[in-house]
Amino acid sequence: MSALRLYLRYVSISLRGQLEYRASFLIQTAGIFLVTGLEFAGIWVLFARFGQIGGWTLAEVAFFYGMISITWSISDAFGRGFDVFGNMVKYGEFDRLLLRPRSTVLQLFGHELTLRRAGRLAQGAAVLAFAVHTLAIPWSAGRVALLVLAIACGVCLFIGVVVLEATSAFWTTEGLEFWNAFTYGGVSMSQYPIAIYRPWFRQFFTFVIPLACVNYLPGVAILGRPDPLGTPVVIQWVAPLAGPLFLLVSFQVWTVGVRHYQSTGS
Amino acid sequence: MDRGPDLLRPYVAIVSARFRMLLQYRAAALAGLWTQIFFGFVILSIYEAFYRSSAAEQPMTFRQIASYVWLGQALLAMLPWNADDDVRAMVRTGAVAYELCRPIDLYGLWFARAIARRTAPTVLRAVPMCLIASIGLPLLGLDEWRLAPPPALASAVAFGLALVCTLLLGCALSTLVNISMLWTIGGEGTVILMTALVTFLSGMIVPLPLFPDWAQPIVRALPFAGLVDLPFRLFTGHIGPGEVPGVLLHQLAWTLALVILGRSLLSRGLKRIVVQGG
Repeated sequence: MSALRLYLRYVSISLRGQLEYRASFLIQTAGIFLVTGLEFAGIWVLFARFGQIGGWTLAEVAFFYGMISITWSISDAFGRGFDVFGNMVKYGEFDRLLLRPRSTVLQLFGHELTLRRAGRLAQGAAVLAFAVHTLAIPWSAGRVALLVLAIACGVCLFIGVVVLEATSAFWTTEGLEFWNAFTYGGVSMSQYPIAIYRPWFRQFFTFVIPLACVNYLPGVAILGRPDPLGTPVVIQWVAPLAGPLFLLVSFQVWTVGVRHYQSTGS
Repeated sequence: MDRGPDLLRPYVAIVSARFRMLLQYRAAALAGLWTQIFFGFVILSIYEAFYRSSAAEQPMTFRQIASYVWLGQALLAMLPWNADDDVRAMVRTGAVAYELCRPIDLYGLWFARAIARRTAPTVLRAVPMCLIASIGLPLLGLDEWRLAPPPALASAVAFGLALVCTLLLGCALSTLVNISMLWTIGGEGTVILMTALVTFLSGMIVPLPLFPDWAQPIVRALPFAGLVDLPFRLFTGHIGPGEVPGVLLHQLAWTLALVILGRSLLSRGLKRIVVQGG
């Protein structure tokens, strides 16, 4: 069986399993829609007080917010296996994966495709729709493609971060919350245009964990607005490729981690 | 009349056992501390940009916001975000039957557990967090972002009193959610609804004074203001220490109402509870 077919098998099993609890799924989806909806209401409250942030309007912020929410919810749904990896190592369950004649990466991706993220995805899409409706974006085929590309590359980037988190579990299973700063914290940070932050903060999220490359830079290009940071338009269009690049590096680190692995023996 | 300590002893034992258990996880606490500092930076960067973008007079100064945000990060674990996982598991597995066998009042037991669950992690996180936010940040040249001490000793005392009531109020809320699980088993709906209300209406997402003027009387009257907003504003001096009786009255009245509601729901829930044998 090819890797792709095996993966699809994993996914269909996972989805069917989750749909057994339909009421629970619906409640959670609606609940997360509400929670994240109130989070956006918080942004609205601030705009009602202050009017604008560094020259950006509510609708423009909503555009970045929608993009990153969609990106994160997709990554979170696909990367769930890596997210729970710390516990697998702790309880020695990773041994089972190593015994199977398939790559560990494939098996971890197949661990679960989490449906619960649908609530966040829907909320992100709603906020993005509000932004697109309010702003006069000069749409073109290229801009639509860039939006899709930026989201896809962002998913690669976030999965890369979660793979690094999982890799660190080979050395310590405690303290994995450290990475939340880059996943959940990265999402919060990216909800606003990165131009509003201090230079060292911006540089970190452009060159070390390149979230700006998959959200802010392509976002500015799509909005068709000059970047207050002065990046050339060409850079804005190719920047998202930093996401897949980051993922490739993460997989290399993962391979090193797997070689280093010693079972707990339990 | 020497029965007081005897009556309290089981509850004290529960609180101290939990406390010692939670204090074991130091690495997790360190990672949590780092994450919360990071979030504090993001939030304050955003406020700083907002304050720079508007010349209009705001209901709170940026320095007050900074203290408010750091207090929020320091005391995050005290908020009733969630139902207790162990109660949830007990209701699902039927182990709740053992709880009924214990010769102490069940509401008191769950309330005592809730207190332990909220204080141990909070102490562990709040102390280093406050030190970093009040002393570390000025050393980094971020003096405007620091957690400033209360403007007067009276404000500090007022904050201390209100914080005790915050704990009681929070535990009354989370115990109520725990009890609701006798009906819903998974408790997912109530828990998510609770998280949404608590984070938004307590001032955790946006400090309540920044809410639109028409919403002020509503958010101030609700119990959630007593969890974050009222004590934090006492700390920063946004509410003078002279107003502390009103704050305490607000918190304690809501606590009392929630305890009464919780107790009556619990006794009704226990009448219809069915535990499968085996």
